[in-house]
Amino acid sequence: MDTEKNLNRREALLRLLRVAGVGAGAAGLGIWLNARSQRPEVALALSAKRGHTVAANPSLTEMAIVQGDDPSLLARHAIEEMGGIRRFIARGDVVLVKPNIGWDRTPEQAANTNPDVVAEIVRQSLDAEAKKVIVTDVSCNEPRRCFQRSGIAEAAQRAGAEIILPDPSKFKEVDLGGEVLRVWPVFEPFLNVDKVVNVPIAKHHGLTGCTLGMKNWYGMLGGQRNQLHQKIHESLVDLADFVRPTLTVTDCYRVLLRNGPTGGNLEDVLLKKTLVASTDPVAIDAYVAKAVWNLEVDELPYLKIAAKRGLGTFAFEKLRTQVKQLS
Amino acid sequence: MHLPKPTRLRLISQIFFFMLFVFLLLNTEFRGSFSSSQPDIHLFYPVSLFFQLDPLIGLSNALASHALYRGLLWSLTIIIPTLFLGRFFCGWICPLGSIHHFFSSWKSERKRGKQLLESNRYKRWQTAKYYLLIGILVAALSGSGIAGWLDPFSFLVRSMSLSVLPSTNYALQASLGWLEHCRFVVVQNIGGALHFILGAALLNFKQPYFRQGVWIGLLFIFLVLLNFRITRFWCRALCPLGALLGIASRWSVLGLVKNPEHCNDCNRCLLRCQGGDDPIGGVPWHRPECHLCMNCVDECPEKGLQFQFFPVQKVAETNLQRRKVLTGLAAGAALVPVMRSTPGFAAERHERLLRPPGSVDEEFFLSRCVRCGECMKVCPNNALQPALTEAGTEGIWTPVLVPRLGYCETSCVLCSQVCPTGAIWEITPKEKGWAVENSGAVKPARLGTAFYDRGRCLPWAMATDCIVCEEWCPTSPKAVYLRPAEVIDAAGNVKQVKQPYLDPSRCVGCGACEHACPVQDRPAVYVTSVGESRSRSNQILLNRRKG
Repeated sequence: MDTEKNLNRREALLRLLRVAGVGAGAAGLGIWLNARSQRPEVALALSAKRGHTVAANPSLTEMAIVQGDDPSLLARHAIEEMGGIRRFIARGDVVLVKPNIGWDRTPEQAANTNPDVVAEIVRQSLDAEAKKVIVTDVSCNEPRRCFQRSGIAEAAQRAGAEIILPDPSKFKEVDLGGEVLRVWPVFEPFLNVDKVVNVPIAKHHGLTGCTLGMKNWYGMLGGQRNQLHQKIHESLVDLADFVRPTLTVTDCYRVLLRNGPTGGNLEDVLLKKTLVASTDPVAIDAYVAKAVWNLEVDELPYLKIAAKRGLGTFAFEKLRTQVKQLS
Repeated sequence: MHLPKPTRLRLISQIFFFMLFVFLLLNTEFRGSFSSSQPDIHLFYPVSLFFQLDPLIGLSNALASHALYRGLLWSLTIIIPTLFLGRFFCGWICPLGSIHHFFSSWKSERKRGKQLLESNRYKRWQTAKYYLLIGILVAALSGSGIAGWLDPFSFLVRSMSLSVLPSTNYALQASLGWLEHCRFVVVQNIGGALHFILGAALLNFKQPYFRQGVWIGLLFIFLVLLNFRITRFWCRALCPLGALLGIASRWSVLGLVKNPEHCNDCNRCLLRCQGGDDPIGGVPWHRPECHLCMNCVDECPEKGLQFQFFPVQKVAETNLQRRKVLTGLAAGAALVPVMRSTPGFAAERHERLLRPPGSVDEEFFLSRCVRCGECMKVCPNNALQPALTEAGTEGIWTPVLVPRLGYCETSCVLCSQVCPTGAIWEITPKEKGWAVENSGAVKPARLGTAFYDRGRCLPWAMATDCIVCEEWCPTSPKAVYLRPAEVIDAAGNVKQVKQPYLDPSRCVGCGACEHACPVQDRPAVYVTSVGESRSRSNQILLNRRKG
C-alpha cells in the first residue's frame, strides 16, 4: 500500500492501539464467556402450589345432589344448597372455572361438560362480584374445534367469562411437588387465580372405570401428559394435591357410560339429569363412582391415596349432604 | 375528461387481486369462534377461488378425469376473455405474476442500460413454456395431475403454505416471545399488543411444520431471484398457464399497433416490458408473449404505441419447432408410463400412504391432485404433509397423513372442502361417519388400520399401565379394546394390567392412537394404509371386498 510509506510514528502507534484494543476486547469477551460455560439445563421451575379452598363451616352443607330437567337450574340450586355463591366467591376474586373441554364433541355426546352448567357458574360468580371469570382447558383434540363444538365457549362468553384457548406458548414449567409428578408445564392461567371451580363431567374410562373430578386436572398440564397413565392413581393425587379447588361441581346431567372418555355415540349416553357439588374433591368422586357405576373405593385406589394425603374423605356418607329434587 | 393511466389501473388491479389472494390464503384455516357453537365447521370464504379461475387446472382436470370438478367451470371467466383480449390475466390478475413483476422492477446490476434493453427483447427460449405445457397436457391425458408441479397457483400456494408462512410465523412468534419476556414492562406491553393484532390475522395457533419446507421454499426464492437477471423469467419461460393463455390469445381482437412514423428507435418501450414481446419498431409484435401491462404505451415519448381492437398490423405468432413439439409430446406420453411402471403405484403400496378422508382411489387421486397444498394448509392438526417417496415419483408433493405429527380430527372435513380438483372428494362430517349420532347407518371413510408393536407397548412389554390409545380412539364402540392380563414385572411380582387389542372392522385409521402413544420416537401403535375405504384391493378383511 502506498500509504505505508507515509506512515508516521503517531499514526503507527494509533493503529497498534486500535488493534490492541480490539484484541483486548476479544480476549476479555472470550474469558468472560469461558467462565460462563455450563452444561445447559432447562430453566428452573416455578413453585406455585396454591390452595383455593374456603374455610370450612360446620353449619353448612358439604355435598349437594340436585336432580331436574334444566342444567342451568341444577347448577343454580346446587350452589344454593351449598350455601350460596358468596360462600365461595368474594368480591374482586379472579375465578377460574375448569370444565372438561377435552374432545371435539357436541354437548349431546357427553364427552365435555354441559355448557349450561358452566355458564351458570360463570354468571353466579360474576353476580358475586368476581373481578374476572376465566374459562379454560387444555384440550386433547384440536382446541378451537373443542371450544366451539362443545358449546362451552359460546355459553360461557355470553355469561361474561373470559375464554382462554390453550396457547402452546403460554405454558410455564412448574414444580408440582408431587410424589410422581415433579416438574411439568402448567398452563399459565391456572397459576395466579384466587378461586378455582372444577366442573368435570362423569364419564366412563377404560383404565380406571370412570373419569371424574380429580382426573379433570390433567387439563391444566401441557407436555407429555400421555405418560401419566403409567401411574394414574399417584399422578391423580399429585395433581389434586397441587390444585385444591374452591368447589367441585360434577356434571352428571348426561353420563357417558361406555366408550369413554371420547364417546361419540348417543347410545352410550345416559340422561341422569343430576348435578353433584361438593367442597370435598375426594368425597364427590367417591360418591359419583358409587352412584353411577357402583364402583367401591377399593376399585379406585386413588381415592384412598388422596384421603391418606389429607385431601378429603372417601366416606361420602359422613358428609353433610343435601338432596334436592326439582320438579 | 381525464382517464386514469392504464398502467395505474393495472397496478390497482394487481394489488387488489394479490390482496385477495393473500386474504384467502390466510383464511384457509379454521380459527374457531367463541360466539358460535355451530357444530358443523366449514370455512367462510371460497378459499380455493384462484384454482377455480385457473384454466390450466380446469383443462388438466378435464383431460384426466373426463369431467370438470365443482367450481372449475369458473375458469371460463378467464379463458373466454383471453380469447378476445389476450393474456390480460398474467399482467393484471395473477398473484404470482405480480410477485415476479414487483421483484423484476427492482434495480439490479445485471439489468442496466443496454443489458436491460437486450434482456427484454424476445428470445427463443421463451417458447420453453409451450413445450412444458404440451408435456403436462399429454401427461394429463394419460391420467396424471402433474400440471400442479408448475401451475402458478399450485406453485404459489404450496410455497407460501408449506414454507413462507410457517417460517414467518416462527420468526414472528420468536420475536414476540423476546418482547413479551423482556424485563421492561413497557416492552412487554408492546409485545402483548402486537401479539394480539398479529394473532387475529396472521399468526398460527400452533407452529406448523412441513416436511421438505426448506426445499420448497428455496425453489420459490430461487425463482424470485431470477427476476434480478431476467424480468419475469418464470412468466416468460416456464409458466404453463401463461403458455396456455398465450395460445388462447391467438384469436384475440385486441392488439398492439406500432406507428412507424412516430418511432425514433429510442427503445424506451423495452425498458419496462414484462412479457418480452418486442414492442419496438421494425420487428413484429409477439402477441402470445404480451401480458398487456401497458408499460410500453406509457413509456413511448412519441405516443407511437397503442392497443387497438381489430388491429391491421402483422403480428408474430408463437413459432414452435416441430421437433421440440414432438419431444414435448413424447416426453409427456412417456412420463406417466415410466413413473407408473415402478412397483410403488399398484403392485406394492407404501404402507404409510395414508390419504386424507374423502380421497378417491389412488389412480384417480394422482390424476386429479394438483399438489397445491391447500389441504395441508387447512388441516387443523398439521397432519397432512407433502409426500416425497410414499406415493412414488409421480406423487411427489401430494398429501399424506403423518399421524405422529397430527392425527385426523374426528369431525373435520376441511381438506375435502378446500380441495379444488376432487382428489379429496367433498364429504360432510356425516359422510365421514366417525362420530355418528345414529350409529351404523353410514359406512365410515377409513384411512387405514392400526397395528400394535407389542415389543414396544407398555402393557405388553414393560408390565406398565398405559392404554392412552384406547382413551383417544374416537370410534364408538372403540376399535381399540382392552383385556385384563396378569404380567410379571422385573422384580417377579404379578401385576394386573390392561392390554390393548385392535378390531380392524371398527378402526378408521385416524391415527389418534399413534399420535397419542407415549412411546415418543417410534410409537407402539401405528397406522398403515391397508383397509382404506377408497381402495377395493388394499384390504385385509374379506367382507370389505364387497366394495
